[in-house]
Formats: sequence, C-alpha cells, structure tokens
Amino acid sequence: MKNTQNSLGAYLKKHWKTVVFLVLVLIGIGIADQFVNSFMRRLLNLSAIYTIVALSMNLVNGFTGQFSLGQAGFMAIGAYTVAIFTVPVGLRSTIFYLAPMAPLLANIQLPFVVALILGGFLSAGVAFLIGSPCLRLRGDYLAIATLGFSEIIRIIFTNTQTITNGALGIKSIPTISSLWWTFGIALIVIIACFLLINSSYGRAFKSVREDEIAAEAMGVSLFKTKMTSFLISAFFTGIGGGLYAALLGTVDPKQFYFTLTYNFLLIIVLGGMGSISGTIIASFVVTLGQEALRFLDEPMAFGLDLPIFRPGLRMVVFSFLLMVVVLFYRKGLMGTNELTWNFIANKYRSIKSRFTKKAASAQGGDSK
Amino acid sequence: MSLLKTENVIMQFGGVIAVNDLNIDIKKGELAALIGPNGAGKTTAFNVITGVYTPTSGKVLFSPTDNGGVASEIDISGKRPDKITGLGIARTFQNIRLFSDLSVLENVLIATHLNINYSFLSAILRMPKARNGEREAKEKCEFLLERMGLIDLKDEKASSLPYGQQRHLEIARALATNPQLLLLDEPAAGMNPQETDELTDLIFKLKTDFDLTIFMIEHHMDLVMEISDHIYVLDFGCTIAKGNPNEIQNDPKVIEAYLGVDEDVED
Repeated sequence: MKNTQNSLGAYLKKHWKTVVFLVLVLIGIGIADQFVNSFMRRLLNLSAIYTIVALSMNLVNGFTGQFSLGQAGFMAIGAYTVAIFTVPVGLRSTIFYLAPMAPLLANIQLPFVVALILGGFLSAGVAFLIGSPCLRLRGDYLAIATLGFSEIIRIIFTNTQTITNGALGIKSIPTISSLWWTFGIALIVIIACFLLINSSYGRAFKSVREDEIAAEAMGVSLFKTKMTSFLISAFFTGIGGGLYAALLGTVDPKQFYFTLTYNFLLIIVLGGMGSISGTIIASFVVTLGQEALRFLDEPMAFGLDLPIFRPGLRMVVFSFLLMVVVLFYRKGLMGTNELTWNFIANKYRSIKSRFTKKAASAQGGDSK
Repeated sequence: MSLLKTENVIMQFGGVIAVNDLNIDIKKGELAALIGPNGAGKTTAFNVITGVYTPTSGKVLFSPTDNGGVASEIDISGKRPDKITGLGIARTFQNIRLFSDLSVLENVLIATHLNINYSFLSAILRMPKARNGEREAKEKCEFLLERMGLIDLKDEKASSLPYGQQRHLEIARALATNPQLLLLDEPAAGMNPQETDELTDLIFKLKTDFDLTIFMIEHHMDLVMEISDHIYVLDFGCTIAKGNPNEIQNDPKVIEAYLGVDEDVED
C-alpha cells in the first residue's frame, strides 16, 4: 500500500505540470460551459468532435502510415446508430411517415451512452469486414477501398427506408448541449491515444509506418498491427459520429458525403501526420477558423459592396492560408512532434537565441 | 546438431533462377559465411530463410531450442517473416533498414515486440503488467545499446547516426528479438579496415556472450576467412563450394569464379 502511494507521489512530482494543465483545462471547460452563448457552444462542441474523429484518423494515417479515407462512412454508422436508438418511440411514426420503421427496431430505445458505445462497436465491426481483405494489400488500395466503402454506406442509408428513413433523414434526436459530453469524451480519446502510442502497440504502429519489411523482420505482424489500428480508429470515429448526431439533432445521408472526410484529412495534414497535439490544435483552428472567416462571404462586409465579397470567398482565403502553412511547415504544424514541456522549452530557447543572435549581429553591423 | 538446414531450395523469379538447389547445414554454435560475387543470390537466400520470399521448391528446416532445452525441427519455408522471427531467427539488412524517424531506443524497443505481452486494455489503462513489461523491455534495450556502444545516443534520431553506428544499431535491434540464429547481411559493407577489425571482434564476442549461431554474407575476405567455421560459395545461384576457410581458399572453382577476380581488384 505504502509502495503504491509512493509511486503515485513520484508520478505526481514528475508530471505535476501536466496534472496542473489538465486541471486548468477542466476548469476552463466548466467556466465555458456556464458562460458561452449557443453559437460558440456549438462551435466548441463541433471542435471537440472533430478532434475525436481527426485523432482517430491520424491513428491510421499518421501513426500507422495507412492511407484510409473512410472517416465519413464510419461517422455515419455511429451517427445513425445513435439516431435510430435514441429517438423517442412516440415520435417515430411522425418521423417515418413515408414508410413505418421496421418492427424489429420500432420499439427499442436505448440510453444515449449505450447507443453511443454500440455505434462505436458497429463501426469497428464494419471496419473489420473491410479491413480483412484490404489491409493485406500494400500501397494505396486501402484509400480506394475505404473511399468506396464510405460512399456505399451513404447509398445504403439512403435506400434502407424502414431503418434510416432514407433521404428524409431522422429528426428529433435528443440533443446534447453541455460541453462536458463532447469535451469529456474527447479528453478520454486523447489520453487513450497518447497512452496507446507510447506502448508496444504504438511502437508497432510506427514501425509499420517507417518500414514494413524491417517491422516484419522484428516480429511485428503487419496485418494484425494494421487491423488493430484500423479497428480502434473506426471505434472512436463511430463514437464521434454518434456525438455529431446528438449535437445536430438530425441526421441525413447528405451530411456524410466524402467531402466530410477531407475536412479531417485537412486537419491531420495541417496538424502533422503522427502528432496528437498537432491534431488537437488543428481541429480547433480549422473549425473555429472557418467560422471566423465567415464575414468574407457577406457582400456588405465593410459597409461597401465590394465585388469580391461573395459567398465562397471564405473558402478561397482559407485554402490560401492552408497553402501558406503547408509551404512553410511541410510536415504540418507539429510534424511528428508532441507539444510536451520539453518541446516548449526547446522552442522558447531557440527563439530566444535567435533574437539574441539577431541583436548581436545588429550590434556587429553598427560597429562596422 | 544442425540448427538450420535447407533442402534443395530453389527460388525462381519468372525465368530467372536466383537460387538453385541450395543445401546448407548450419550447426548450432557455428559461425558460417555465405560468399559469392555480386548477383550470386546471397541476399535472396537470406530472404528465403527469413520468409520474405516463399521458395519455389525445397524445404527450410529450423530447429530452435525451447526453454526446456529441447530442439524440435520445423519447416519454416513459406512462413510469415514475423513468425520466423518469433521462432528465433533475426536478421540485419544489406541496405540499412532502420526506422529512421524514430529514436535509437525506440528502434530497439520495437524489436522486443514479441517478448512483451500485455493486453491492449492494460496498455491504455497502464496496468502494472504493462508498466512492468515496458520497464523490463527498456532495461534490456538499454543493456543492448550499452553493449553496442550506442547508449549515449539513445535519444537521437536513428537517421542522424553515422553510417557505422547505424550498422551497430541494426545488430542491437536484431539481438533484441532474442534470436538463436543471427543472419548478418554484409555487416562490414562500407567500413574502413579499422572499423572492420573492430566489427570482427564484436561479432565474435556477441556470438559467445549471447550463445548465438551466426550466418553472414560478407565481401571482406579477411573478415570471412578469419572468423568463419564454415563457408558456402554461391555463383549464379548455384553452390559451387562449401567447406572450412582453408578448403575454400584452395578450391580451384572458387578461385576461378571469385577470389581470383577479387584479388585483382584488391591489388
């Protein structure tokens, strides 16, 4: 007993900065949850959900080095699971007015958490079916197969009228508005990913990314490793999808076009393929940034009717900013680094030394 | 007692027969070498043994000793590389294949993958089993790095090491898989005579300290003749000679196919 207390004490001593930081984050969420307006609340919720989904995409694409483009499909599975199982039974006949809901499902209603987890598992189950053939192949086949899968899922959901209500979508999903749901789950996912990456599983992921032949020669089973990463990714994405449905209160197949996947691809490329903290930063920057630039879409942005301020300019500017970032930070904002205390200290030192050097060289210039 | 035996192994790529009727027999505790001119099929032979290629025909028999000291013969031809590594064959690569973006320590830690077994859940929850497994793996890897003279560089990126040390790291990584048979693919390639001498000593020491059987491909004839117990000579996929260094040096076929040319180049 004493021993465990000691090790806990040692642990706290070693990681006190991280613990303090986490507590501050929790307090921050608590304060934000009390005071932000509904627009900001929605944006923050969306950022947290994007963090979950982008992080799980990064697990496969960044850490394991497999190019998968199925995020929208896995999100759809999670979202529809939550939608189907949490809509109040009494409302179902009004929602499914074209064709009644399948009798098998019509009377099942699950608590939100159960439906959320079920969505994660269903998503992972489907990932297993796609992964079994595709992950055995090397190269870009996975990207093509997962992209195709994501479209297939959308088409299936459009056509299974009695289960998903087809193109009409499902409305009146009980919504969540508290920040704790999304941020709480995002925190759990972040911590789980972090611990996983720093375990023998995570090292196996990275070895597959670096060199498949060498990884295999070191005893890493390629298929098993890729599958593990793919399943975890699909599970978390399914959960993210479920939260997405509960945030919007409505799902329909059009939300899950493959362009949704590109949002996440953009986030992980911007944040750095293979960086957890980069993904988190990029999720918030992209989600909040797209909204912050919204004024560019309005014709009377500066009180003048300038011809370029038209709907769409926002995305032009956004794309331009992205290009600038990718030009100067080729590996994304963080590369494969993590935002650790050491990283910050090193950055601070290098910036400081750059300034002192500049000052020194300026003085040298004067003396000449 | 033989540890590794190949029986009439043929490896054919389309119309090219890269390895033709390979019959080797490596005894436990031996240091065997595979030599031959460029393109003779040496690395292909290694790739067949380690499972990268499935032989077109023939058998690869490996007799690892289990914990109880009992050896049992297994046909490993066509098994997956990671399974073969698990049975106790480790290798290094001719054109270094380190995980270049990872640290030196991480490179070696990956090779302990088969020996640390904790579940996925205990990895996420950091259960005692996972923590102990990690600690033991780390201690072992640091010991190996110390042994290979790389301990001061453990946090460097693997790609930032100088060439010679990258070769050392490859050997450390191979040792971390707990091998019984170590395959070295040109460990001294690109090294100067002094480095080659040091490597010769090192290989010899590792062999006794880790109770290894070593099979290596090498072009440095001094090194091969000095430390090998047994030499196989390949030319165009065929085994043209086998025997101890003395026999090989005096074999007219070898002199014709290989050593004669090699001496001209060296002089």
